Amino acid sequence: MMMRTGILVFVAAASLQAQVTFDRVLNAAREPHNWLSYSGTLDNQRFSPLTQITPANAKNLQLQWVWQARSLEKFEATALVVDGVLYTVQAPNDVVALDAATGRVFWTYSHQPSPDARTCCGRVNRGLAILGDTLFMGTIDAHLLAIDAKSGTLIWDTVVASAAQRYSITLSPLVVKDKVMVGTAGGDMGIRGIVAAFDVKTGKEVWRFHTIPAPGEPGNETWSGDSWKTGGAGVWNAGAYDPETNLTFWGTGNPAPDWDGRSRLGDNLYSDSVVALDADTGKLKWHYQFTPHDELDYDSTQVPVLADITFRGQPRKVMLWANRNGLMYVLDRTTGEFLLGKPYVKVNWMDGFDHKGRPKRVPGKVPTPEGTLIQPHVHGATNWAPPSFSPRTGLFYVAHWENTGTIVTEGLSPRPVGVNTRQTTMGQVNLQQFFNNDDEAYGVVRAYDPNTLEPKWEYRMNDITWGGVLTTASDVLFSGGREGYFFALDARTGELLWKASVGGQVNAGPMSYSVGGRQYVTIAAGSALFAYALPEGQ
Amino acid sequence: MRPVYVALIFVAAGLLLADGSLSAQHATAFDIEDGGRAFRNTCATCHGPDGDQIAGIDLGRGQFRRPFTDQELVGIIRNGIPNTPMPATNVSEAQAVKIVAYLRSVAAARRSGAATGDAARGKAIFDGKGECSTCHRVNGTGSRLGPDLSRVGQLRRTIELEQSLREPAAEVLPANRFYTVTVRDGTKVTGRLLNHDTFTVQLLDAKEQLRSFVKADLREHGFASTPMPSYQDRLNSQETADVVSYLVSLKGARP
Ligand code: HEC
Ligand code: HEC
Repeated sequence: MMMRTGILVFVAAASLQAQVTFDRVLNAAREPHNWLSYSGTLDNQRFSPLTQITPANAKNLQLQWVWQARSLEKFEATALVVDGVLYTVQAPNDVVALDAATGRVFWTYSHQPSPDARTCCGRVNRGLAILGDTLFMGTIDAHLLAIDAKSGTLIWDTVVASAAQRYSITLSPLVVKDKVMVGTAGGDMGIRGIVAAFDVKTGKEVWRFHTIPAPGEPGNETWSGDSWKTGGAGVWNAGAYDPETNLTFWGTGNPAPDWDGRSRLGDNLYSDSVVALDADTGKLKWHYQFTPHDELDYDSTQVPVLADITFRGQPRKVMLWANRNGLMYVLDRTTGEFLLGKPYVKVNWMDGFDHKGRPKRVPGKVPTPEGTLIQPHVHGATNWAPPSFSPRTGLFYVAHWENTGTIVTEGLSPRPVGVNTRQTTMGQVNLQQFFNNDDEAYGVVRAYDPNTLEPKWEYRMNDITWGGVLTTASDVLFSGGREGYFFALDARTGELLWKASVGGQVNAGPMSYSVGGRQYVTIAAGSALFAYALPEGQ
Repeated sequence: MRPVYVALIFVAAGLLLADGSLSAQHATAFDIEDGGRAFRNTCATCHGPDGDQIAGIDLGRGQFRRPFTDQELVGIIRNGIPNTPMPATNVSEAQAVKIVAYLRSVAAARRSGAATGDAARGKAIFDGKGECSTCHRVNGTGSRLGPDLSRVGQLRRTIELEQSLREPAAEVLPANRFYTVTVRDGTKVTGRLLNHDTFTVQLLDAKEQLRSFVKADLREHGFASTPMPSYQDRLNSQETADVVSYLVSLKGARP
């Protein structure tokens, strides 16, 4: 295995920085030294085929370089690496090209967002996409930019939606063939969600899908009155692509207004759903709604993870989904069929599913004038941080929170449960003092068996986590959390192998690449990016 | 790009203060733009946007009633011409210098090839005989080795563009410097310098690859001269004028 990786790296070095064709993006697993999309591959498995760092030697990992962003904002992006050049963003919307071996800067591109730009939860960006020699970035003022990867100059700048109308873009774009796709955030501020595709060469729009159907389209009847016009259902996290069906998959956000459904009676399609859209036309192929008529802000904007597994003895093309609403799902990604779903944390708003996979509501678990305790917390059991699937262990790895809940009062913003009201606060840049006792919210990394959705093991943290998970072909798992540690676990057992104190909160997913035969693993923490590797020669 | 201008303005301002001499000839594109704005705001009401509205005076062509020095023009701008409708203005000395620089540059542009050059012919030379696009990129086509010229018409004055063609080495912006490294096996790599520090150096090489080197691993490394050839003898004056008009027309219009 080590030998094979070595040869691959050598071959790639000989063809330095060739154009990143879509074939390369689609088959990124064939070039382990690179990281060509947000989750490494378009199935979002966030699995690196590199094997230099192992459970045995991970304890020797050393810091190689740090890059400090000129930003006091959370660093939520996963970098891309193309043949020794690392591309990432500096919040809100600068692009930087760094030498992946030293962290030194090649160039910086700065976008000045319009003063109209508004975001609910930080002026953040989760990363870039690449095709050919062009990088793509969505901006908080809802533009989509194409930037030359060699020189850092702007190629085109397309306005996707109106920043003045509270549209923004925070997700990493998805490149499929000759199109680049983005979704728009702003669901808490009454937008009407969009996924749109643009020609990679010209930036001209090719198709647009509204996550809330217009009158006359199926689904519009699930919104009372005119509520569909400002019903939210933003799209603010990475999509997935399945070449066999030519479908792209997108998680949609909460309906608006968030915690009060009285003005928008009905299921509110396609909020809190996954929508499967044809990559060429944007036509809806299927959808599954995780939380019909949501009044708890349970965005379904998690990263869709696609895997080919043996499910109940049959080979099956599935989608794995750990949802903010506290439930975990296995869906058939070709048809959208609900195969399995169950709570993976304390959940009290539903109790079981009907035969089509619609959750059965527990009566009374809705906002009331007196306030109702609902579990999990409004920020969820997990939120947007990317999970991982290892085809080697066959396990689905999710960083999430246990013991969370919310008091929801009609028309008011929800209150967290517990003495320490910071128990499930948003991710921040800096570390904070922490007081929770064992009964209050805590973070875990758990490894789930997709056949049962039962955990195989758990690694427990004191505080909750907004960090993502990476696994590698040598069965090492990387993650981090609000406590400001970046750590390595044995992906088979959950045993802690190594940790580094990074001095700021981890609000991003790790990734791995190699240059000159050395495997690196990066994590963004605070407002900086850290790169670790084994000491030279090991 | 912005820091470059800031640095240049400091230099220009420094010259002014040091010996009191005027440096309209040394003004940067930024100064000239500023001067142009001030002219349109303060002077154009009487002199017209092209400076030729008052009979017998054509400021835009440098046609004065007698040949004024820069210093004299600054005096006129600030003090006016007594007993005539030309008023004293409250324009500062530094601002007046910029207005003069603007007037001089407009006049120079009108006298030079730009007035007679043909941008379409210039583009043909740029892409063909001149082989400019083997080093320069304009609106997404051409090499990235030399500076991107998509906006050069907005950033540089005509005389600067002419000088770039005749004497490319005369004034190289810091962001356009070249650097050569010799790696252990003797291979030399030359490219546009993107960044360097005590231990490492980053280049865009001739194959348009982003390259980073650890200096300790190099046999030699150091600054290199510009690879841009002089076109003094390669293009005749009409061709030079055509290329310059083409460059002047590059204002960065994007789809
Ligand atoms: C209120 C109208 C007015 C304004 C404003 C004005 N000028 Fe004048 N300017 C005149 C007139 C009229 C003359 C001709 C005076 C004379 O008869 O000698 C003149 C003369 C001049 C001359 C002398 C030309 C020559 O050949 O003798 C210069 C140079 C000049 N102006 C520059 C400027 C500049 C630069 C500004 C702006 C800072 C400016 N003027 C603003 C009206 C104006
Ligand atoms: C062999 C490569 C090469 C060729 C061919 C070349 N240039 Fe250049 N050019 C450069 C480089 C490198 C620089 C930056 C260093 C310098 O200023 O000399 C430059 C600088 C310039 C500048 C100044 C840019 C600025 O921002 O100040 C202009 C204008 C220019 N070139 C125009 C041209 C034109 C027009 C042609 C063809 C007639 C041409 N060049 C051909 C490499 C080249």
